[in-house]
Amino acid sequence: MASIKNFPKEEYVLKGHAACPGCPITIALRTALKALGNDVTLIVPASCSAVVQSLVPKTSFNVPVLNIAFAASASAASGVAAALKRLGKKTIPVVWAGDGGSYDIGIQALSGALERREDFIYVCYNNQMYSNTGIQRSGATPYGAWTTTTWTGKKEMQKELAEIVMAHHIPYVATASIAYLDDLYEKMKKAKEMEGPRYIEIFSPCPPGWRFDMSKTVEIARLAVQTGSWVLYEAINGKIEFTSYSKMLLKGRERKPIEDWLRMQGRFRHLTEEDIKRIKEAIDEKWKYYMQIYNKD
Amino acid sequence: MMETAISYPTEGGMGKTGTWRIFRPVVDNSKCINCRICWVYCPDAAIKMLMDMPENEGKDIKGIEIDYDYCKGCGICANECPVKAIKMEREEK
Repeated sequence: MASIKNFPKEEYVLKGHAACPGCPITIALRTALKALGNDVTLIVPASCSAVVQSLVPKTSFNVPVLNIAFAASASAASGVAAALKRLGKKTIPVVWAGDGGSYDIGIQALSGALERREDFIYVCYNNQMYSNTGIQRSGATPYGAWTTTTWTGKKEMQKELAEIVMAHHIPYVATASIAYLDDLYEKMKKAKEMEGPRYIEIFSPCPPGWRFDMSKTVEIARLAVQTGSWVLYEAINGKIEFTSYSKMLLKGRERKPIEDWLRMQGRFRHLTEEDIKRIKEAIDEKWKYYMQIYNKD
Repeated sequence: MMETAISYPTEGGMGKTGTWRIFRPVVDNSKCINCRICWVYCPDAAIKMLMDMPENEGKDIKGIEIDYDYCKGCGICANECPVKAIKMEREEK
């Protein structure tokens, strides 16, 4: 098991970038690039990450980056992968996209690339809304959450992109969180050693978008896992294994009350008792299902 | 043909982002246990472990150094520190 004490000391995200204070993207990217090394090409669609790089002619990412249109990240990665193969290079194309560019706008290109068995890693950092354009709802926004386009709270449940991706039967699918960086590091390392399409989704709480204090980014990400609202697992060739804290939950450790997590975020401030009950029921239902299917040994 | 805009890696792409800070993390290195938690969670890569510095190689040294030129003062380090060695103090300008 990887430990943060053994992480490489090299930094591929340079100081003085354009991210907001307390941004989860750079926490995730720092660790991801520590695991992958610098022999990668990042493909970044329209997203906060395109802005975080800072302004031309300077960039804060110390690896090659291809900035591309919103819907085109996975198709661009397919092209980059083909070019690298033709040149005989071992460089890994890595898509670094947000949930808007993955769940909604980029899903067609993503599904196509997965089905074609393109050789690349797709990373979706999920902050459950379009933060770069000003906090609009996305397919990943959870039930009840305030955004600027759902200002009385979202009325629908979010979809599960990792499960949609798994339906493509690709070699590696994993979910991670910025609070469990040793787990994220390990998953990145595993993905690096594999071939074919690989998908990793990273849970990333956004301080301005979710309306919480910027010092609580990691705490909220951790509570999301401990309350069972976000689940850490990996699927190697379709075989699902829970990892890290979620594995302990699966083995019977009690989940923390979801109210603790909801109360920390301004986007859930307006929730009624009934809304909270509905969220709770959805999580209970989800875990009941997991217990039946995955808690075998 | 139109030329493509190309950027090159530079520290301080947005200038000295330390000027964004409202609260400043102040560390008491005598409490530090070298757990690396603040180092790994810092979104700005502005924390350096003293033991990683070449001049401290081989020494039994505990503590961190914060780069105030670029630290944006988010306070994640102070919030996550398991021994409460980092405190946030209001910047006076």
